[in-house]
Amino acid sequence: MSRAPSRLSRYARPLLGLALPLTLALGWELAVWLGWSNGRLVPPPSRVFATIVELARSGELTRHIAATLYRVGLGFVLGVVAGTLLGAIAGYWSLARRLLDPTIQALRAIPSIAWVPLFILWLGIFETSKIALIAVGVFFPVYLGVMGAILSVDRKIVEVGRIFRLSGPAMIRRILLPAVLPAYVVSLRVGLGLGWMFVVAAEFMGASEGLGYLLIDGQQLGKPAQIVAAIVIFAILGKLTDWLIEIATVPLLRWQDAFGRERGGA
Amino acid sequence: MLALERVSKTYPNGVEALARFSAAIKQGEIVAIIGGSGCGKSTLLRAIAGLDRASSGTVTLDDEAISSPHAKIGIIFQEPRLLPWLSVADNIGFGLADLPAAERRGKVARALERVGLADKADAWPRELSGGQAQRVAIARALVPQPEVLLLDEPFSALDAFTRRDLQDHLLDLWADTRPTLILVTHDVDEAVVLADRVLVMRPRPGRLFDQIEINLARPRDRNSPLFDSFKRNVLTSLDRSLDRNVPDRDATQGPGQAMWW
Ligand SMILES: Nc1ncnc2c1ncn2[C@@H]1O[C@H](COP(=O)(O)OP(=O)(O)O)[C@@H](O)[C@H]1O
Ligand SMILES: [Mg+2]
Repeated sequence: MSRAPSRLSRYARPLLGLALPLTLALGWELAVWLGWSNGRLVPPPSRVFATIVELARSGELTRHIAATLYRVGLGFVLGVVAGTLLGAIAGYWSLARRLLDPTIQALRAIPSIAWVPLFILWLGIFETSKIALIAVGVFFPVYLGVMGAILSVDRKIVEVGRIFRLSGPAMIRRILLPAVLPAYVVSLRVGLGLGWMFVVAAEFMGASEGLGYLLIDGQQLGKPAQIVAAIVIFAILGKLTDWLIEIATVPLLRWQDAFGRERGGA
Repeated sequence: MLALERVSKTYPNGVEALARFSAAIKQGEIVAIIGGSGCGKSTLLRAIAGLDRASSGTVTLDDEAISSPHAKIGIIFQEPRLLPWLSVADNIGFGLADLPAAERRGKVARALERVGLADKADAWPRELSGGQAQRVAIARALVPQPEVLLLDEPFSALDAFTRRDLQDHLLDLWADTRPTLILVTHDVDEAVVLADRVLVMRPRPGRLFDQIEINLARPRDRNSPLFDSFKRNVLTSLDRSLDRNVPDRDATQGPGQAMWW
């Protein structure tokens, strides 16, 4: 392999991925500019951008983003803590698994949005019920990921720990934790994705701030540019937070045989 | 001294994998265990290692009963079983966690040197060839200086050339501290080149069938007639252990000889 093509592909690959959306956006901008469409229902990028700038200047944007980030963040943390704890317990002790897992699996079969009315009755319409819904969404993938990862730890590797007479805590720290880490990171990312999904649902049910509120507000007042602006910000924040998890865990997972990394992808 | 007294193992599913296996193995002795597939070799080794408990009978090392893994007993498996998230050096130092860091680093560095992988200290296990990975596994097992080292078909996944290389290397390492070696193999050549004594097992239930002392000076010449005659002895015994008809012990090439396993 010579160096030139790999250097080229390093930059060309993301650029290639950008080509399609950029072309569409520029094409639409041009179409509206040339007067082929008034762009009322599908606002051109410039109008979306202007909306974002306007929201940002008034301080509204910060308020909405902060509200949404707070909900996702808190819900994510709660869901991750609960999912990790119960997943670890169910993965580690087969008695606990037989006791817990059937119930959790049954609960998982319920579409999480179905909890909304109950949560509102129990926890009120304000923050608590929203955060609970997000936490529920995050919980299941994390629980399943942790339990599955522990159950699939290679017995042969555990025997290495036994041969060196590791105590229970040392076995967990030196063998189990590193072994489950890759699957755990994946489950965190899946959980975060669901957290972003559920925050929208949560903010649809009566919020006075948040990006989901911007969506509803834009619909009710007939402001498509505001809706698209909120969607764009959702996309940016979702990608950004996912990327943060990835960045934070890269040093821990350097040892992995990563197919994608070797080929310069991702 | 490692003493095996009527060690028996019946698995929960009723398989009688090992029946009343007794042997006394002197400190520093190299013993090869050979026998057909499924005759309880791994079961025996796991009982000695303390990974599984015998159903009855006892394993004692210097009068201490072994029922769980012991600091003086190390084991090398057929697969290297390196921890993929640790560098080669950290894998070798895995059993030395209780030592001060400086001392551990020194021992690991010497061990790396000794197995010829000093340049791979910072490599990940996935970057090693099969033979190199098994060398790391050997270093990891040897670096805490066990009195007994168990090896369960350690070279059987390697190509013939690498296998020979590692056999010689193992002897070389053994000479440093002279631990007791108990080597399970199905390679007659390997048994005769390494062992002071070959124990032949027979299956269903697994038990000791025969013992052959290999009174050959080291280093051993794999091409000498004497080496050949020891190999023939072991092969004949193996054939008998599987109830094959071997009319004449001196027959040069019995029909089933190479295919016993
Ligand atoms: N964990 C186990 N549970 C049930 N049977 C087993 C188990 N391990 C081994 N066996 C059986 O015990 C016998 C001896 O196995 P093993 O010691 O692995 O033989 P070898 O290493 O000589 O090939 C075989 O019949 C095998 O099927
Ligand atoms: Mg075996």
